[in-house]
Amino acid sequence: MLGRTANGLFWMNRSIERAENMARLLDTGLHMASTRAMGSGDEWASILMSAGAEKAFSERHDEHTLENVADFLLRDRTNPSSVLSSIELARTNGRMVRTALTRDTWEALNEAWMVLGDLMKKPVDQRDLPRVLNAVKRETALVRGTAHGTMLRSDKFSFLRLGTYLERADNTARILDVKYYVLLPSVKWVGSSLDNRQWESILRSVSAHRAYRWSYDSPYNPTDISDFLILNSRMPRSLSHCYKMIDECLCELDAAYDNRHDCHNKADSIRAKLSVSSIDDVFEEGLHEFLVTFIRDNYQLSQDISEAYRFY
Amino acid sequence: MAAADILSSEPAPSGRGISSNFRRLSIKENSAFDEMLKDDGSTTPAYADYFKWMEAQNKGQMLQKARDAEAVFRKTGITFAVYGEQEAAERLIPFDLVPRIISGSEWRRLTQGIEQRVIALNAFLDDIYHRQEILKAGRIPLELIADNDAFLPEMIGFRPPGGVYTHIVGVDIVRTGPNDFFVLEDNARTPSGVSYMLENRETMIQLFPELFQQISVRPVMNYPQALRNSLRAVKPQSAPDSPRTVVLTPGIYNSAYFEHSFLADQMGVELVEGSDLRVHDGKIAMRTTEGYAPIDVIYRRVDDDYLDPLTFNPESALGVPGIMDVYRAGNVTIANAPGTGIADDKAIYSYMPEIVEFYTGNKAILQNVPTWRCSEPDSLSYVLDNLADLVVKEVHGSGGYGMLVGPAASKRELGAFAAKLKARPSNYIAQPTLSLSTCPILTKKGLAPRHVDLRPFVLVSDKIEIIPGGLTRVALKAGSLVVNSSQGGGTKDTWVLDD
Repeated sequence: MLGRTANGLFWMNRSIERAENMARLLDTGLHMASTRAMGSGDEWASILMSAGAEKAFSERHDEHTLENVADFLLRDRTNPSSVLSSIELARTNGRMVRTALTRDTWEALNEAWMVLGDLMKKPVDQRDLPRVLNAVKRETALVRGTAHGTMLRSDKFSFLRLGTYLERADNTARILDVKYYVLLPSVKWVGSSLDNRQWESILRSVSAHRAYRWSYDSPYNPTDISDFLILNSRMPRSLSHCYKMIDECLCELDAAYDNRHDCHNKADSIRAKLSVSSIDDVFEEGLHEFLVTFIRDNYQLSQDISEAYRFY
Repeated sequence: MAAADILSSEPAPSGRGISSNFRRLSIKENSAFDEMLKDDGSTTPAYADYFKWMEAQNKGQMLQKARDAEAVFRKTGITFAVYGEQEAAERLIPFDLVPRIISGSEWRRLTQGIEQRVIALNAFLDDIYHRQEILKAGRIPLELIADNDAFLPEMIGFRPPGGVYTHIVGVDIVRTGPNDFFVLEDNARTPSGVSYMLENRETMIQLFPELFQQISVRPVMNYPQALRNSLRAVKPQSAPDSPRTVVLTPGIYNSAYFEHSFLADQMGVELVEGSDLRVHDGKIAMRTTEGYAPIDVIYRRVDDDYLDPLTFNPESALGVPGIMDVYRAGNVTIANAPGTGIADDKAIYSYMPEIVEFYTGNKAILQNVPTWRCSEPDSLSYVLDNLADLVVKEVHGSGGYGMLVGPAASKRELGAFAAKLKARPSNYIAQPTLSLSTCPILTKKGLAPRHVDLRPFVLVSDKIEIIPGGLTRVALKAGSLVVNSSQGGGTKDTWVLDD
């Protein structure tokens, strides 16, 4: 397989995952805004921070209104992580590697691009937001699901999945990091009903508020939620689960090519840290420090993979 | 209902099939030769079975199927880019679901002519880059070659693997009467459109499976396999028995990118860009996830100019530096060979009857369209005097860009074009406006005649293979003679009957 093809597959799924995560973030913001018991009121600032987009946003808009934020995260092409930009990038990559995709996968991607492009041709009316966000989640799920259901389990599929899980791990880590800081200004808030709502919103943004209840006995609390999103490998958006999958993909590539690279060692060390840590260890290191290190390592792994498999 | 009834102006009985909606095809309205309806209103034999089937169809359902087909094309991403259009960067080529039908005997005559022509094209190329007998014999003027940008001095004295220059040829053919076929142009560089031939057939089979059980249509779907075999048959001598073949594309922004990826996919070979390739140990190699892997045969869809920045256009980012050295060392096959453009140049075209006769010893089976070379003073003055009746084309142009259709042009356009002609006469040729044959298309009002042309595809290796079918392009606007997709043309499935 061409290195450029591996690159295209990897970024196709990364972009799909990013589009989905943007929609989830916005959904969370919408939910927070509509329950409005939060006091501070500026849930949008935290949403933008989670999206890593506050600076770019402030260059385009003055006010944190629902209208501005939604438009920026959904449709703004100057925002490289907006849903439309991500879908566009996913499709460009998909077109580039079209011969490596099953027809079904390509069609699902092309259709996602057409459907979402249509829905977001004009600024989205506030009343239509839930419908549009659902469409983003549905279309991206279709692309991922079609690939899962039709692609040969070859190196191509491994690169696709690497894209998904690297992006997802990055997203979960960012959401957790930003929320921890923004929503928990002081330790005295812990346990208050305000705090509970904020933690709920984190879970909601990764669609895990019910799964949490199935997995933990206790009411929302920072320790269990952090454990859930960082270390619980049964939680499909947790860092631990993502790295379980990344490890699997890299093993497949090792087997296919009979060659281990730096990226294998890097992934091993990240995974080792996730599997031996208890959540108390994480808090001891400092949640923020732990997450910052993780995000940096995750980024480095992405670089190592593109180098090992000659993406460029 | 007899076909003749369709020509009557009687209001159609209600609840009838589509042919009752057939727009009146009177002689007055359509002076061109219609491939389905004869002047007396009866159906030509090639269309007889299809027409019988069509009569039983319901117009609403047919129109619905047309919309279904469009949705399929859009979903599949069978699009092309129109240069110079910002808005609709990707557009569909409209597909008309009435097939263009050619009888077995018509096809046999056509293929004899095409085969003769393709043999002559390759012999001409070999001669031009070697002994140049045809120039010595004075059959074509020296300056036509010497002053021609499409002539590549780098190819002089070099014979490509298998002795084949133009491996994939698309011969554009128009028809003006029952037995009158003309070659409009020879596409010997990188003819495109074959993916539409295949997708159109695939779509027709999906939409009307029963038709293909009733009517025996010769298959075209094995083209990708035939192409792959044909490319393998001209591998370099040093290459392994199962050579690695790739399709080289300029990339996703090229107007024919869909076709490039489609063909690579169907042949089961890699689709590469220039940036994936480099010279490695005296071979061309592609960068894979496991390192560089050597390549033996390149089906390139990149123009000569961009192929090798070291040899040709130094600005090119689409090509592979040093590829010409590897090629000349006999370590890679490039199809079509660089420099084949000298054979399909529009000024050379006018000499094709001489070229065919010179190399095959026989008169050309397929006629040329009479052509005035504006480089010749007498021709130029004739062309200027009769501009309003002629079609004028750029010698190196393609895709309908930069061409003048005299009868359709305004006074102003004619004046402006005359000025361009006078400024650079040798850049133009002119041809009479041919009354292209018509085929029915499906419109909201029913069937209506529209002008068509035909591009059959030919594969040349140790043998010549002509795919029974081709790309029929159709001018969708009533009366229009311009079939180019970049100018609002559409396509049809092309049937060659197995009779």
